Amino acid sequence: MKYLSEYRDPELAEEFIKEIHRITTKPWTLMEICGGQTHSLVKNGILEMLPDKITMVHGPGCPVCVTSVSVIDEAVYLAQQPNIILCSFGDMLRVPGSNKNLLEIKAAGGDVRILYSPLEALTIAKENPDKEIVFFAVGFETTAPANALSVVQASKMGITNYSILASHVLVPPAMEAIISDTENKIDAFLAAGHVCTIMGMEEYYPVAEKYKTPLVVTGFEPVDLLQGILMAVHQLEKGEYKVENQYARYVHREGNKMAQETIHQVFTVSDRIWRGIGLIPQSGYEVNEAYKNYNARLKFKLDLPVAEENAACISGDIMKGLKKPRQCPNFGNICKPEHPLGAPMVSSEGACAAYYHYAPVKELVPL
Amino acid sequence: MCLAIPGKILSVSNQLDETFRFGKVSFGGIVKEVNLCMVPEAEIGNYVLVHVGVAISVVDEEEANKVFSYLKEMGEVEELKEKQFSTL
Ligand code: SF4
Repeated sequence: MKYLSEYRDPELAEEFIKEIHRITTKPWTLMEICGGQTHSLVKNGILEMLPDKITMVHGPGCPVCVTSVSVIDEAVYLAQQPNIILCSFGDMLRVPGSNKNLLEIKAAGGDVRILYSPLEALTIAKENPDKEIVFFAVGFETTAPANALSVVQASKMGITNYSILASHVLVPPAMEAIISDTENKIDAFLAAGHVCTIMGMEEYYPVAEKYKTPLVVTGFEPVDLLQGILMAVHQLEKGEYKVENQYARYVHREGNKMAQETIHQVFTVSDRIWRGIGLIPQSGYEVNEAYKNYNARLKFKLDLPVAEENAACISGDIMKGLKKPRQCPNFGNICKPEHPLGAPMVSSEGACAAYYHYAPVKELVPL
Repeated sequence: MCLAIPGKILSVSNQLDETFRFGKVSFGGIVKEVNLCMVPEAEIGNYVLVHVGVAISVVDEEEANKVFSYLKEMGEVEELKEKQFSTL
């Protein structure tokens, strides 16, 4: 498939690997931000091919993994209401809330529907005028334009039985929270390519400068990731800390203006609790005043208590790059994809699930 | 979940209201309807990056090919530097 398979070329990958080995002289720790990148690195065996001196730690860029227990509880509560059809991306159904997950509500007869796109929810809203349709709007900056667009379209179409439960999270504040943690050992970041497709690169220049950390906007295919790693190591070896763009076929410095406008039309920046990490100020999107009729929290007067996180799950340390999945005592025994204790074991983009499914050999050795 | 994949635009339906602009996009033969309002410049035959039913970027063909010459170029730059060095 064009613009996909050519970036999986084993020979080209091989050349990048050789070059990475050739230029690496010191130990470096790199963090890839996005869960899609984690998945690709682990699945394609890239971790094994890297020099021993290079350690990849896996960032918080999986929306399924960082959505807080309290927000899952809100979705679960809404799904239990007889007049509500709760629509969600499929990966959210098995994420544990305080007591239940959405899959259990669905099995017990709740109307929970899995959608590919939030725009599909508008068709459901039109077909079910006597029901309230709520879309569980999770995601990073990548998904925010589509979720915002569903609200804009609903408003233009005069649909009033539609609202969203916004649980959007933003990458740059999380990156800062991670890099400013005194325990962190991160030398360079691979920034999330699709987030930058929307937001561009401007937000990252101050981060690279302030923390003297190279930052390479990187794609998701094996060749993309290897090139991103090479570019980052190249900078590190030379003592540089620039923002570079490996994913220029999709990412422009200024991002997608149209998408940014749609986001700002519907959302306002708000504080957000990240599962495992805690509250990060100004790190999320909430529906703004102008579209308040489409905010499920206001429409259904949600006021649930803030839920406790499961103390047995160390996902916060993993997403901050302080630990690897196998360092969690629950990994693979009481926490498995069939009965996950924490969200990173649910999503295929979660670091724990990726390690469980693809078991990188290098990481099997002593912890 | 942040998965976004490239597909080729087969047709475009322009709507009176641009937020509803959509097109048929082929993903290696599987055709889906995709919202095109975030990529007003996209035309039939272009490749677009699609995430949850919305196109978010048009592929830059020139940049897309650069990745394949990167190692070569990097090597050339290094050689150039070495040469400059040796002439000093
Ligand atoms: S293995 Fe399970 S309990 Fe441990 S960090 Fe991962 S998701 Fe949490």
